[in-house]
Amino acid sequence: MSPWVEGRARVVDGECDNAGIDDTLFAFEHVGVIGPRGPLLRDVDGQLPAHGVTVIVGRSGAGKSTLLRLCNRLEAPTTGTVRFRGDDVAGLDPMHLRRRVGMVFQRPTPVGGTVRDNLAVATGGLDGKAAAAAVERADLAPGFLDRPAHELSGGEAQRMCLARALVTAPEVLLMDEPTSSVDPESTRALEGLARSLAESGVAVLWVTHDLAQARRLADHVLVLVDGAIEYAGGSAGAGEFLDDR
Amino acid sequence: MTADIGWRGLAISLVLVGVTVALSRWRRLGLERSVVWAATRALVQLLAVGVVLHVVLDAGHSLAWAWLWVAAMLVVAAAVVRWRAPEVPDVFSLSLAAFTLAAVLSLGVLFGLGVFELEARALIPLAGIMVGNSMAATILVARRVFEELRDKRDEVEARLALGYTSTDAARPYVRAALRTALTPQIETTKVVGLVVLPGTMTGLILAGVEPLDAVRVQAAVMFLLLGAVTTTTAVVAVGVSRRLFTPDHRLVRMERAAED
Repeated sequence: MSPWVEGRARVVDGECDNAGIDDTLFAFEHVGVIGPRGPLLRDVDGQLPAHGVTVIVGRSGAGKSTLLRLCNRLEAPTTGTVRFRGDDVAGLDPMHLRRRVGMVFQRPTPVGGTVRDNLAVATGGLDGKAAAAAVERADLAPGFLDRPAHELSGGEAQRMCLARALVTAPEVLLMDEPTSSVDPESTRALEGLARSLAESGVAVLWVTHDLAQARRLADHVLVLVDGAIEYAGGSAGAGEFLDDR
Repeated sequence: MTADIGWRGLAISLVLVGVTVALSRWRRLGLERSVVWAATRALVQLLAVGVVLHVVLDAGHSLAWAWLWVAAMLVVAAAVVRWRAPEVPDVFSLSLAAFTLAAVLSLGVLFGLGVFELEARALIPLAGIMVGNSMAATILVARRVFEELRDKRDEVEARLALGYTSTDAARPYVRAALRTALTPQIETTKVVGLVVLPGTMTGLILAGVEPLDAVRVQAAVMFLLLGAVTTTTAVVAVGVSRRLFTPDHRLVRMERAAED
């Protein structure tokens, strides 16, 4: 049975907070976003933790990507406030915020040229050593640096995009369904990279509609249904939401 | 004067419209009505313009009328751009500003530095040729910038997400659109005289002016056009790309226009 049925009791705030969230990375206060065809998020109230992998799950159209894009200000709330480490995101310099909060998109976004050129887009002076280190962080061999970006497979291109996002040394990585257009092997590789990033202290916010992936990855879970939070808390307490049988 | 063909001459030239209609009917192109309508419109529009020009160019009238004419041309050109690129936000005011700036710059150089004597007889045709030629490039660049930023949203947002300002994130697309819009004008300038004799020169020679005199005027007009087209397209390209971002460097949502 689908876990997204209507009428499920909402988890009250008090229960969310004790589920492993020690310090808050992003806080949403009565956040609403109205899109061209109606509301995308309605009165969202909740926090995302500063450690581990937080998986944001929900059906397509539930508002997952919108919630993620609020975190690096690619989207602005119509109502309410988004806070990053306590500061209202609306008051932060967006360019500075986006270098602290990196993002990998649903589809790989190469910008032309070689892999090295793509990494250089993220920063002015990237020397050979830094470039090699950047691709290695994304599990690509240094030999990839001189390959044309458009010749990479979907999975390789997505890992290059991850490497590029890491060049700015972000504190947080937003991953918007990063494995939806890659093969199973690359999916496993990207999941592994997300886990090891989280272990190295970079908080990862990972959006997916794949419940099995959510079970594999999540330390914390945020469940969105029709633009509202249905559950937010530790993965241990999210069992019924991640159960797709 | 050589160029005075009289009403009889004009009537005879209509034979060529007849040829077009006959060809269309023969090959069943179905374009007869369209051809007749186009020819009629051209004739009526040109006659109306001729009557007004006759009044405006009359030495007895103030130059203010000529300037008023130029202002009207700028507004009409901006309206045409708006009509041809309706999906682009604020394109009327942007192109009006661009045409005005190009007019001030190019006419300023031509008249301010004494290339031409400032009189209605020079002002109106030069402004007309400037606006007329800039219009197509302006429409092209406005649509191109809009479509590039809409269709390459992923790439643009990838740059924004890396901490680019909206200006920097849009730069490659604005540059590509400007190069596309300017190339035809540059190519035309390169082959001028080799392939076609341009309109200004043809008109002057038909009107009995010495070819070398006509060539000098034509060259000045080509340079006017190059400057004007570059100015208008640059203003519109930068203006459109700014309209498509918010002050906090987000790319605005762009809907695809309904099919025509």
